[in-house]
Amino acid sequence: MNWTGILSIYRYEMTRFFRTLLQSFVSPVLSTSLYFVVFGAAIGSRIEEVDGVDYGAFIVPGLIMLSVMTQSTTNASFGIYFPKFIGTIYELLSAPINFLEIVIGYVGAAATKALFIGLVILGTSSLFVDLHIAHPLAMILFLVLTCLSFALMGFIIGIWAGNFEQLQLVPLLIVTPLVFLGGSFYSISMLPPIWQKITLFNPVVYLISGFRWSFFGQSDVPVAISLAAIFGFTLLCLGVIWWIFRTGWRIRS
Amino acid sequence: MSVILSIKDLRKSYAGGFEALKGVSLDIEEGEILALLGPNGAGKTTLISTVCGITTPTSGSVTVGGHDILTDFRAARSLIGLVPQDIFLEPFEKVWNTVRFSRGLFGKPRDDSKLEEILKKLSLWEKRLSPTKELSGGMKRRVLIAKALAHDPRVLFLDEPTAGVDVELRKDMWDIVAELKASGVTIILTTHYIEEAEAIADRVGVIRGGELLLVEEKDQLMQRMGRKQLEVQLTDPITEVPASLAHLNLELGQGGGSLIYTYDTRAERTGITALLNEVAQAGLVLADVQTRQSSLEDIFVGLVSEDVV
Repeated sequence: MNWTGILSIYRYEMTRFFRTLLQSFVSPVLSTSLYFVVFGAAIGSRIEEVDGVDYGAFIVPGLIMLSVMTQSTTNASFGIYFPKFIGTIYELLSAPINFLEIVIGYVGAAATKALFIGLVILGTSSLFVDLHIAHPLAMILFLVLTCLSFALMGFIIGIWAGNFEQLQLVPLLIVTPLVFLGGSFYSISMLPPIWQKITLFNPVVYLISGFRWSFFGQSDVPVAISLAAIFGFTLLCLGVIWWIFRTGWRIRS
Repeated sequence: MSVILSIKDLRKSYAGGFEALKGVSLDIEEGEILALLGPNGAGKTTLISTVCGITTPTSGSVTVGGHDILTDFRAARSLIGLVPQDIFLEPFEKVWNTVRFSRGLFGKPRDDSKLEEILKKLSLWEKRLSPTKELSGGMKRRVLIAKALAHDPRVLFLDEPTAGVDVELRKDMWDIVAELKASGVTIILTTHYIEEAEAIADRVGVIRGGELLLVEEKDQLMQRMGRKQLEVQLTDPITEVPASLAHLNLELGQGGGSLIYTYDTRAERTGITALLNEVAQAGLVLADVQTRQSSLEDIFVGLVSEDVV
């Protein structure tokens, strides 16, 4: 393994993040505060509790998931698409580094950035609501796995995308709607019976439900299924990446 | 000298069926400068890209320092540095960071003094903290060279290093190449400019339509393929070549003040003595005589237009 090479990619990507640290830090704090104002104050005044949890606290896991999923996807997709777009990818392809090592470098950096933002949102949230995390280790595990799996998916999108529109397409048209409809701001039990069934086809439901369980000890679907879902999704992304690695799809002619 | 890069029957066909390389074989000696000359679309960049790992070969084999580029790609690629034809740089990245990144990517431990040496050699040291977008075109190209040299390669590929570069910068680039050769680096460069190959290469390869037409020592090539011209200046200009000299295929020089005789340096008899005698017999008075060697450009034009080969 070319660990120095992996570390170089990781460090290079993180430098970009730190160069815009203020922006990286301020934007999630601001958007979280806005969500609390809109959802917490406006809607929260009508819904006091969901399954015995204060509504303000109830939306925290969903808020974190919303940012973490979109951030890790866009960070990783942009990270690998940008060298393709400006041509600097020639260096990655001619270096003594294999595709797996390139993936570790880019996905690792994208996941780290998303994790950082997730923790910033958690910190900001604790200023607005009283938070107790029931299972901290499980919370971290869900958070890390979500960052990783969505960064893997983002990497695939970055390889696939032929232009900037395509780069935005999946996060905008698929990830964001799935997260919003995946119970970020409500419990599935609040939906009409038919939608309770339909919503189970949304994979994000399982992730948010599991993550919420780590906070409050209660969930819409069993935790084991949530864990299986996130592992399954990670494996699926790894499988696609392995295939790209084997065929050199869209990278090496 | 030993062979550092060996290419055997290398073929590359793209998905659309276009055959960019049609069985190229080439051995490159350690420490030499080889210039690959060829028109656009001849396969120069495909050849370089395939050796460097950017495109995968359809068939054939390449070894660098004895390491196969596919089965032992790490060892092979560690020995190679690539300077691409276009300026591919991240605009907001500082010179120092991008060069350090290249060294790390090739698995080499951090070595600031090494990078300092490279940047100073390429006159980039003062600009090390500038984002690459603030540099001039010539400097950007030197940053690409610095990146390619950051991991101490033994073979350096320069793809059209002076394309679109003004004359002065081109000379600078030639000096850089000469210095690199002096430090023991093997250099393979592609170029459109014949004078570039003529000025700096030890050997010249001519590539056309994915085939390597020939590879030869530059001096030998010029000698073998070279034709010489003898120009006889006349004291009194003439309007046409006298009929008695018609069999010599002479051309009339500018303003009729000279006669130009083209001959083959390889021929046993150049026919110069006979020419001079016959010119005198025709009643023409000689003012001066000079000879001229044809340039690599003439040779190249002859080769790619299939007149010679």
